[in-house]
Amino acid sequence: MTEFTPFQSALGGAIIGFSALWLWLSLGRIAGISGILGSVVSGAPRERHWRMAFLVGLMGTPLIATAIGLAPSLHFPVTSPPVLIAAGLLVGFGTRLGSGCTSGHGICGISRLSPRSIAATLTFMAVAFVMVFFTHHLITGFGV
Amino acid sequence: MIRNVFGLLAGCLFSIGLMISHMIDPAKVLNFLDVAGRWDPSLAFVMAAGIPVAATGYAIAKRRSAPLCDTAFPVLPRGDLDRKLIIGAVLFGAGWGLAGFCPGPALAALPLAFGHVVPFVIAMIIGMALVPLVSPLLFPKHDPALVKRQELLR
Repeated sequence: MTEFTPFQSALGGAIIGFSALWLWLSLGRIAGISGILGSVVSGAPRERHWRMAFLVGLMGTPLIATAIGLAPSLHFPVTSPPVLIAAGLLVGFGTRLGSGCTSGHGICGISRLSPRSIAATLTFMAVAFVMVFFTHHLITGFGV
Repeated sequence: MIRNVFGLLAGCLFSIGLMISHMIDPAKVLNFLDVAGRWDPSLAFVMAAGIPVAATGYAIAKRRSAPLCDTAFPVLPRGDLDRKLIIGAVLFGAGWGLAGFCPGPALAALPLAFGHVVPFVIAMIIGMALVPLVSPLLFPKHDPALVKRQELLR
């Protein structure tokens, strides 16, 4: 059971939206995490370096939050390594094949009313709802 | 250099947003997706608040000729839907529902709970690296110029 947190989630969402606004107005780039991570190793140095800096910010900020006692507590309903590995392969392959994830399609793409992003977001949300229905209600053994 | 500073700040903001919104917590994500069970609709508010803020940025950009650190805004793919997009979204949704992680929260959670998250993140990077190898075999007719343009932007 998790607590209903509409105000915190809305505030955090607005900050994520502001990050996307910031990246578009400063660099003219989409704040899509799968794209930033996926192309950090390829591409021209000019494109690689800001992506590396973004990832340093993304992964470094939680460490600062921990140091000052503000890191959120995390809970991991799924701990089975085979399930985590299968999920990771699907997420990595799917987001690169479909050119985006929750951030690139879900926040940035919908904000600029891209039909491709709207279709992708509706698709991955629908499949995720169905997947959770299967793993939580129809079959057991997923540690949830 | 200034590009890297802007990128760093965007990453910090994004990370703060993931933590405050609880999007970083896989239990929160799985309960959001569990409509028939312990449904927690909180994370709908992340999109509901994030989209208008980001949309404001794209609206401001329409009245400007270029971003601060570039000569022009890039042209984003606005084309039709294709099989790659939809098949990719189906696979991503399946993985997201399986463990409750999408790429941003997984990377932000990695330093907080390394042992729990690292199998997912390594598998995710392998999955990403497989796409350029496997995709030309699965979708031989796909326009490589469009793929290149999308890779630059996302």
